[in-house]
Amino acid sequence: MVFSLTDITREGQAVIDVFNEVPERARLELLLEYADSLPDLPSKYKDHPNLLERVEECQSPVYLFVEVEGNLVSVFLTAPSEAPTTRGFAAILKSALDQQTIDSVLSFDDSFVASLGLTTLVSPLRIRGMHGMLSRIKRQVREKSS
Amino acid sequence: MLVSTNWVQDNISQPGLVLVECDEDILLYETGHIPGAVKLDWHTELNHPITRDYLSGSDMAKLLSAKGISREDKIVIYGDKSNWWATYAFWVLKLFGHEHIAIMDGGRAKWIAEGRELTQYKSVRSPSVYPVVDRDDKTIRAFKDDVLQHFGKPIIDVRSSQEYSGERTHMPDYPEEGALRGGHIPTAASVPWSKAVNEDQTFRTYEELNQLYRVDAGISEASDVITYCRIGERSSHTWFVLKYLLGIQTVRNYDGSWTEWGSAVRVPIVKGTEPGELPAWFLV
Repeated sequence: MVFSLTDITREGQAVIDVFNEVPERARLELLLEYADSLPDLPSKYKDHPNLLERVEECQSPVYLFVEVEGNLVSVFLTAPSEAPTTRGFAAILKSALDQQTIDSVLSFDDSFVASLGLTTLVSPLRIRGMHGMLSRIKRQVREKSS
Repeated sequence: MLVSTNWVQDNISQPGLVLVECDEDILLYETGHIPGAVKLDWHTELNHPITRDYLSGSDMAKLLSAKGISREDKIVIYGDKSNWWATYAFWVLKLFGHEHIAIMDGGRAKWIAEGRELTQYKSVRSPSVYPVVDRDDKTIRAFKDDVLQHFGKPIIDVRSSQEYSGERTHMPDYPEEGALRGGHIPTAASVPWSKAVNEDQTFRTYEELNQLYRVDAGISEASDVITYCRIGERSSHTWFVLKYLLGIQTVRNYDGSWTEWGSAVRVPIVKGTEPGELPAWFLV
């Protein structure tokens, strides 16, 4: 079954499609590719880790920061290489939400996380961690755009 | 029951030895593992797909046969996070009485810190014929009723201090992941599981572990102990320590743990930082 959500960015829907098009076991390899693709933080955040927000819902140390300029949202996330699943989730959220408008981030459908077809492969704690990242990104956008 | 990274390096190609990697982060094996190691996925491979239980004997036989593991093989398990999930896999395999299993002390992190070889090449072993063995749910596994019968003997709660005191039952916004009540099983001593390991993720010495559990947690000379956490994984780490590193005769892991106990009707619970006592209504 391929999910189609209404309140979702085009990039977000593309991620859902690519995950649902491959057989279940291949989704982990796909997740690993995302993990490898997560870019390093720009140096202004690397040198000032206090600017970053820790995602407490994740078992691994994941930090994020959101910038709002005009109507455009930039999302920065970092997770250690010893936590590839978490890195993969971070990279997925970055590709779905980075450089999107404030409205499209705030209205971004939370069921995105459940639509990736990963819930049987990854533990509920992990899925919860991804929800935590998404809700913290939205909260930062709300705070910085009001 | 414990082998060093050096030992593994020296014995890696010994016939009858199978290296198994079991990580909390299920993608880590793919990023690189010890040459020849096979992956065991705790989340998708060890649990019964529907009932909250472990695999049946025939499903375990199928799983181990497909991985090319024989009943006589010596299995050496290692993993991330101080062998947290490696000891969990160890415990599950012991439910089926696999005799020769060891943990690689220090796990994945120590192997990497020592600059030893990793590969991304997925190991393929030829399938074996692992026999169907009935799971033994009595010797090293405890159910809720066993815990209710156990009072008076030591119980170790290995969760974080906030979970023990009852400050936290679940993460914000996700009540379905937690329990309905917070606190701990009356009389249980609090020893967070990670106290048993050093910074380099190896286990602490016998003397240190003895102090931690027999003296500080008050197990003393008891020969029958139950461990628990939230779903029974962190407590299998402590189970391993008590049974194999301290040599306590009977140690059972209560895998129902707090997600069962904290939601069960009419079981006694204590809140706060003290072990507490059984309530009068329970003793009647």
